[in-house]
Amino acid sequence: MTAASRPSGYVPLLMRLDRGGMVLLSVLAAAAIAVPALNLLMPPDSPFHVPTYLVSLWGKYLCFALLAVSVDLVWGYCGILSLGHGAFFALGGYAMGMHLMRQIGDRGVYGDPILPDFMVFLDWDQLPWYWHGFDSFAFAALMVLLVPGTLAFVFGWLAFRSRVTGVYFSIISQAMTYALLLAFFRNDMGFGGNNGLTDFKDILGFDLQADGTRAALFVASAIALAGGYLICRLMVTSKFGRVLMAIRDGESRTRFLGYRVEMYKLLVWTVSAMMAGVAGALYVPQVGIINPGEFSPANSIEIIVWVAVGGRGTLYGAALGGVLVNYGKTYFTGAAPEIWLFLLGGLFIAVTLLLPKGIVGTLSQWWQGRRGFGLRKRARPAVPASEGGAAE
Amino acid sequence: MNVGLPEAIAAEQGIVLYVDGVTVSFDGFKALNNLSYTVRTGEMYAVIGPNGAGKTTMMDVVTGKTRPDSGQVYFKQVHDLTRLDEAAIANLGIGRKFQKPTVFENHTVMENLELALKSKRGPFASLFFRLTPERADRIDEVLTTIGLTGQRQAMAGTLSHGQKQWLEIGMLLIQEPELLFLDEPVAGMTDAETEQTSELLRQIAGKHSVVVVEHDMAFVRALDVKVTVLHEGSVLAEGSLDHVQNDEKVIEVYLGR
Repeated sequence: MTAASRPSGYVPLLMRLDRGGMVLLSVLAAAAIAVPALNLLMPPDSPFHVPTYLVSLWGKYLCFALLAVSVDLVWGYCGILSLGHGAFFALGGYAMGMHLMRQIGDRGVYGDPILPDFMVFLDWDQLPWYWHGFDSFAFAALMVLLVPGTLAFVFGWLAFRSRVTGVYFSIISQAMTYALLLAFFRNDMGFGGNNGLTDFKDILGFDLQADGTRAALFVASAIALAGGYLICRLMVTSKFGRVLMAIRDGESRTRFLGYRVEMYKLLVWTVSAMMAGVAGALYVPQVGIINPGEFSPANSIEIIVWVAVGGRGTLYGAALGGVLVNYGKTYFTGAAPEIWLFLLGGLFIAVTLLLPKGIVGTLSQWWQGRRGFGLRKRARPAVPASEGGAAE
Repeated sequence: MNVGLPEAIAAEQGIVLYVDGVTVSFDGFKALNNLSYTVRTGEMYAVIGPNGAGKTTMMDVVTGKTRPDSGQVYFKQVHDLTRLDEAAIANLGIGRKFQKPTVFENHTVMENLELALKSKRGPFASLFFRLTPERADRIDEVLTTIGLTGQRQAMAGTLSHGQKQWLEIGMLLIQEPELLFLDEPVAGMTDAETEQTSELLRQIAGKHSVVVVEHDMAFVRALDVKVTVLHEGSVLAEGSLDHVQNDEKVIEVYLGR
């Protein structure tokens, strides 16, 4: 055995990429250059011109892709089925939204130099304490990571230490996002009630409606997705990742090997929540609004659908699913406004029945089949055929 | 960590596991009833008993899966096992092999051993874990012991039943435990595999203290070790296999039916 054939020594970052990861990063790099160029440099009447609304739409898809990758990290690799990841996404979004609200200054409808419009409307006479600090972009950026991260840490600490797993964990994660939905609907929470935060003017001094700002946000989303993907890839290709998969396949067995399962889950869960927060923070300036609807349980369930459609346990499959399903949603609402929900639902059923391993899993199976069998060398299934292969 | 172990026992050298008066009940059913036994350093024991005698519960108590209602369990005279969880007990040096082979089927043989390899178990230690030449050599060594060198890169799920059992024994060895619990290590094995397994276990004994829970009398005879018979949650008889097989009580409850 030469050292090179041993799988788990030090491996440089780029060598840890699989084929799908290479494709993902190449596409992202190409899009990050081409889309802004075609938007800003091409004259509007050119057939190659990409309109600004499309730049923001695709930027939004990239944020959803990052959200899907964060869910795949915990679900695909550690078996934690979160039905509440939309909460972390929304909290990151609210943190960014609060900063953008503070940037409005006295340009609101009521022209109050300090208070956002909705607070003036509610007859509040001063800014609530938790709004302080959001004037600073750096502080808001920190909160984008810390607020979802802290919630995930506390929630995970309580749940994982009490060994809440499987469907019970899924249900309480759903309850968490539902509780936040109800809380954020209340006007006296100070987050704009059911209207949420909107009417943003600029970010870091740049006009949010300007083409250049939109293009920059698109590029930022592409970079965030690439970065998030690489962080996840580093985690899952290390021994840490192999322990995560061991927990997924046989939690109790992993404990008897001496691993504190709850610590592994807590770390990966918190990292995943922070990634979801970043996705939300980039989403808000591109769509121009954040409201409690983002906490809705249906949103969180939809993320699971994206990951399942793309292919669980591959990371790049989740990114693909996040983009494709949302593109499908946009396409169907335009092409068949009356029946788009049925078309989308039918698509999900078809994928579940016909492509149980998702698009990516099915493609790679077909690819391996074409190259002949006997490729047993590390042909690791993305997700075990039967759950809990090593469970007692 | 030196907590109140009876001085008479503490003074006696060479006791790796001390179980005294352990009772565990599930909904009124006493799975263990005032069970007491000791395991000495470097010795191998076989535990037999009819279904429901408490064999698995006994292992659950020692490995931290089940908390006893009463009684004392001490490892190496200072560690109170009733206060520790599974991971802490595993890290102290108590390994366990389950009845059903429970290797990680979606990991390669090599990765299974890497997971079990004695090393720091924290999440950050795992993030920065490197397979140093010493660690790789250790894995090679165990692969040779369990005869799976050729299957190093095979997914554990593709191994035969017997090979999975050996891999699991290998995973125990590479943890470098001082005390090993093996639950029916030859269940479902062919005669040839059983023979190889008892050879493997004989190699292991001496370096580690081993407790084998087994139904297969031929295998217990082949091991040729001290036998403990459990019945209704307590020790019914102890001694050589011939001795316990001739014990009236044992014949009545177990061997004679």
